[in-house]
Amino acid sequence: MTRTPWTIEPRLGGAGRSVLIAPVAAMSVTVLIGAAITSSLGVSPLRALYFLYIAPFSTLFNFGEVLLKTAPLLLIAQALAIGFRAKIWNVGGEGQLILGAIGGSLLPIFFNDSDSMLMLPGMIALGMTCGMLWAAIAAWLRVRFNANEILVTLMLNSIALQLLYYLVSGPLRDSTGYNFPQSVQFPDSAMLPLLITGTRLNASLLVGLAATAFAWFFVERSMIGYKLEVGGAAPNAARYAGFSETHAVWLSLLIGGAAAGLAGVFEVAGPLGQLQRVVSPGYGFAAIIVAFLGGLNPLGILFAAVFVAVIFVGGDISQTSAGVPYAVNTILQGVLLVSYIAARLFVDYRVRLRAPLRFERAQLQWRH
Amino acid sequence: METLTFVLSGTVIAATPLLIAALGELAAEKSGVLNLSIEGMMSLGAVAAFIVVKNTGDYWLGVFIGGVAAMLLAALFAVIVLFLLGNQVASGLAVGILGGGMAALIGKPYESATVPPMPSFPIPILSHAPVIGRGLFDHVLLVYMAPAIAVLMWWIFKSTKVGLVLRATGESPETTHAIGYNVLVVRFLSVLFGGFMAGIAGAFISIASATLWSDGLIAGRGWIVVALVVFGAWRAERVALGAYLFGAATIGQLLVQSIGVEVPSQLLTSVPYIATIVAIALLSMDGKRIRLNAPVSLGRVYREAH
Repeated sequence: MTRTPWTIEPRLGGAGRSVLIAPVAAMSVTVLIGAAITSSLGVSPLRALYFLYIAPFSTLFNFGEVLLKTAPLLLIAQALAIGFRAKIWNVGGEGQLILGAIGGSLLPIFFNDSDSMLMLPGMIALGMTCGMLWAAIAAWLRVRFNANEILVTLMLNSIALQLLYYLVSGPLRDSTGYNFPQSVQFPDSAMLPLLITGTRLNASLLVGLAATAFAWFFVERSMIGYKLEVGGAAPNAARYAGFSETHAVWLSLLIGGAAAGLAGVFEVAGPLGQLQRVVSPGYGFAAIIVAFLGGLNPLGILFAAVFVAVIFVGGDISQTSAGVPYAVNTILQGVLLVSYIAARLFVDYRVRLRAPLRFERAQLQWRH
Repeated sequence: METLTFVLSGTVIAATPLLIAALGELAAEKSGVLNLSIEGMMSLGAVAAFIVVKNTGDYWLGVFIGGVAAMLLAALFAVIVLFLLGNQVASGLAVGILGGGMAALIGKPYESATVPPMPSFPIPILSHAPVIGRGLFDHVLLVYMAPAIAVLMWWIFKSTKVGLVLRATGESPETTHAIGYNVLVVRFLSVLFGGFMAGIAGAFISIASATLWSDGLIAGRGWIVVALVVFGAWRAERVALGAYLFGAATIGQLLVQSIGVEVPSQLLTSVPYIATIVAIALLSMDGKRIRLNAPVSLGRVYREAH
């Protein structure tokens, strides 16, 4: 009565090349569902596919946009993955990004006519510090009070957004700006250098790539990375080996806060050029999806970040060219992660249908 | 006196959706499944109910369809975590994002539209009592149903076989399987119930309290719901107490404004989130209390033994 008609057994000895199956399957499903939804809104399926997945590569400017959006996703996802591997669930990337944007805006707002070489480094230091402090609240509450970091970081996201709304409509508002809720424009010294002319792509991509290299080293080669991973996979073994859970919590959240804070600085010092009510189209949440889609593996995350960036840019293009609502973008991010998790079953486990029960007949024969 | 009536009435209206959804989440967590997609499910329930009411004017049909819409999303979540062995945290976030996106897309044509509020059901005699009459006994039926469901669930968990099987599944799925119950079916039904309740909670917000639809209407209440279950130490009666305390906290901010204290509106909006953090911290401080009360298998993947 309690038998399922199938059995699920773990694949031993690693999944090998089949690790690629899950992300590829998830991306394919997302491509198809994206086209299906968009065409159900009155756009022909081929045009829908074009807007969502081809147009982002069709011009230099659009491709620059893809890489521009890859940078923050990459940066945040690499940091989050470090925590996720240790089973520390920092889902507060969005709030930490917002705090980074606020911290990074202070210097260019209050020293608006400065052309100091120290402007950008100062902004980066302040932004990262603010992001880390925001994450530190969750780390401290987890370590000191055992408070669940998922709920705390989520609440901190909502509070960060309200803090931003307050600042841009009050203390940090441009007093000559007709009451628009935004700060003054940043001076040139506060802007990231562009990488390719004719695009908005800036140096943040290089930092994202550097973070990838750093994450690879951290995971594959460093003792701290190893300790974190053991803590996530086998907490009792980690405790027995003397790896401190407290350190793991602090480290995971501080790295996440610093990376997201940096991504926040890059938004205001890059495409935005000022502090506004909207500093991120949800990079902090999307980075969670990127981290999982990349299999929590630094190299996998690189590809996942590009794909999610394509969805962002494709969604923008579909919106402006065909009036497809932005919500489709959000749905596709959800579909991507849902189908990835579903596909993982077939990579991590062997699923077999059970042979139907022959019990009764065997019994009958025995009686004869 | 007017103020007291306002406080009582505002408290129960703010608390009702939190309580309804939290009781659903409680059932799911008691069976061992942590469902983090409540926010998305409430959004979907809210928009589905709103569209039904806007087009048909039938409020109870709206409540029902809201519940069913969220339950369908819960079914997707349940399939992923129960049959496809998905990590419950990641799956919950994923389905939650999906639900929020679907709600925004479906609700796009109705953005900022309004409906007349769901008709209230004044309780005879009691609703004529001074102060508390209008404060507590002149509301829509769901407001009285929420605490009744809490009592019912308290009784089910405490005294019935259904409650016992549900709790056993959350405490030790292997044992429950061994004595002949189907763990996956018990959990599947618990998650569906949780989804249905989240949908009704969302419906309450869109057609009875806010009486409008806009993207972001749920505004983090789904996460407060998850926190309430921790706050209530996985007991129906304490979850209910927590929901009304939170309802009172949200009303407190309106009171502060009404007596003319100058506080930035953004700070007032943040009050429930801050209160949630403080509550989680204070209540988690006693690690033993959490360990004793949390279902042992909560959040763990269960793979059937052979």
